[in-house]
Amino acid sequence: MTDALAVEVHQLTRTFGDFVAVDRVSFEVRPGEIFGFLGPNGAGKTTTIKMLTGLLAPTSGSGRVAGFDLARESEAIKQRIGYMSQLFSLYADLTVEENIAFFAGLYGVTGARLAERRDWALEMSHLTEHRRQMTGTLPLGFKQRLALGCAVLHQPPILFLDEPTSGVDPTSRRNFWDLIYQFADRSTTVFVSTHYMEEAEYCHRLALMNRGRLIALDRPAALRGRLTEPIVEITTDQGPAAAQALQGAPGVIEAAMFGRAVHVVAERAAVAAETLPRWLAQRGINCRGTSLVPPSLEDVFVSLVRREGGVVAG
Amino acid sequence: MTRSLDLSARRLLAMARKETLQLKRDYRSLITAFVYPALMIVFFGYVITFDIRDINLAVYDQDGSQRSRELIQAFQAAGYFRVTQRLDRYQDIQPLLDRGAVRLALVIPPGFQRDLSAGRPAAVQALVDGADANTAAIALNYAGGIVTAYSARVLLRASQGSVPVVAQARVWYNETLKSSNMVVPGLIAVIMMVIAAMLTALTVAREWDRGTMEQLAATPVHRVEVILGKLLPYLVIGLIDVIAAVAIGLLLFQVPFRGNPVLLVGLAALFLVGSLGMGIFISAATKTQLLATQVSLLATYIPSLLLSGLIFDLASMPFALRVISLVVPARYFVVVVRGIFLKGVGPEVLWIQGLAMIAFAAIGLTLAVRAFRKEIA
Repeated sequence: MTDALAVEVHQLTRTFGDFVAVDRVSFEVRPGEIFGFLGPNGAGKTTTIKMLTGLLAPTSGSGRVAGFDLARESEAIKQRIGYMSQLFSLYADLTVEENIAFFAGLYGVTGARLAERRDWALEMSHLTEHRRQMTGTLPLGFKQRLALGCAVLHQPPILFLDEPTSGVDPTSRRNFWDLIYQFADRSTTVFVSTHYMEEAEYCHRLALMNRGRLIALDRPAALRGRLTEPIVEITTDQGPAAAQALQGAPGVIEAAMFGRAVHVVAERAAVAAETLPRWLAQRGINCRGTSLVPPSLEDVFVSLVRREGGVVAG
Repeated sequence: MTRSLDLSARRLLAMARKETLQLKRDYRSLITAFVYPALMIVFFGYVITFDIRDINLAVYDQDGSQRSRELIQAFQAAGYFRVTQRLDRYQDIQPLLDRGAVRLALVIPPGFQRDLSAGRPAAVQALVDGADANTAAIALNYAGGIVTAYSARVLLRASQGSVPVVAQARVWYNETLKSSNMVVPGLIAVIMMVIAAMLTALTVAREWDRGTMEQLAATPVHRVEVILGKLLPYLVIGLIDVIAAVAIGLLLFQVPFRGNPVLLVGLAALFLVGSLGMGIFISAATKTQLLATQVSLLATYIPSLLLSGLIFDLASMPFALRVISLVVPARYFVVVVRGIFLKGVGPEVLWIQGLAMIAFAAIGLTLAVRAFRKEIA
């Protein structure tokens, strides 16, 4: 299955009553790829991953994971994937070692391979010394590494990680991404969702989702390249007010909050840098400076959503 | 979602081992598993009793003769009555009955001995507090028996040959008519039903409550493996409970055990599988621990206690309740436990109950497996 696609879905849809959580999504993931799923909460990332991992049946559409049909062969898929859910879902009242033994048992990892994989998982999660500690008492960063370890005990060719780094500190996040790269180096396909824009940059290819729709799919650099207009960053103490005021300013295509600053997609950078501080001053909003910045994925995201005539969910 | 039944013993055992570890660390479940059943047997064993002993008795002996004292002595010797008041006036009886200080008052009229000696019928009066009709009837029954026995003695002493007819009743199976002999074996059945369902009611709901279901559902484990793996440790606990309950019955309540212990354990295992399956079914259907506990308590406790024949005779119930009782599994197991304990009967008598146990186990398991979904919304 070296040449076969790791994941392919066609018009995948899931509704909950009247609510369309995932709306006719189609894409393909190649083996060995780090495939990112980016979007705000409620964009449909988790629902899509649940359908791909056999936890949720699609309402319509079709797809294959590791060559098996989503609707009919979900148990065969589960043998060949690792899944780490958004919320910590190992057993808090089992020790580190017991959790590993349990999931190894369910994945049919036994004998010498079990010992080897257990040691690997302990080392990878830095828990060799704490193997007899109750899992519930570990810090979140360790729990997440252990969850990853338990999800890949059977060395699956495809790994699904649903916001694996949510809630942990930036250092732990970086370390976690080092792990993801290690998996990809060993030709594991990694399907990872995130709402951290800076993490999205680490992916080989990126699918942008908003309100259940797939709005773009490309390499991060290519996505940034789609935004040809210059980005002017405006430093201000009154971000929300500034963003709102700048929406209607001359020469401004878009204005949105970016951290504590405001990013403006301008028709011409030089003109914007000169006129916008004055525009803000006339409205009683201070401006501490302007600078030309390269487009971030967030800028791209906001721009693509607006271009579709939509709003960012969240 | 799965069509082929490709079960793995290894996955099942991994499940059972995990469940055992969690159980070992959950003191609430351990209490439910080991302390509750023992407490319930002891508590109910003493509380649910139809024997009435030490009934307070007031005596108004107007005769004051040797014969009247003999009769009073007969009441005391029977073991059911305790003479707490000796009265001198008839009017004193009513306040005592009103207050409930005595349940029965015995009035021996003057001339009691004279009449007896003359071979004339002598009457005594028994006044009973009928507020509790059950106890009153039993007390009167006892009193009647004592008086009859005394009359027989008097007749014999008068040496007018033998008493014409004496009924020689012999009670089988529970010779001493001790109600704990009836109650304790039946209790084992009812308690097992309640405890088993309570224990497993938590198992699936806990996975949902704690979010562990998501990781579990993402593995290739089959739902039959999940259910059987969860059931196995509780089956072992249930059987330990049954054996402990039998031991309590034998040692504490001196209930006789006449049947085959292997048959009892075998049928108990089937009954437990059914009850545990019911618990898992409720747990998987409700998905929260709180709701699962409440539903399983309601679904097992009341029917098992009231409609199993443990306390109330099923034959004298209204038709509708008798029909409902047919689907109360404890009803059949009560018969099994009593039959094996007291009568020592085997499959030749208990085969209907045996079939009921097999059906219950099959239904319990099927419901549990069907209610368990590996789908996460």
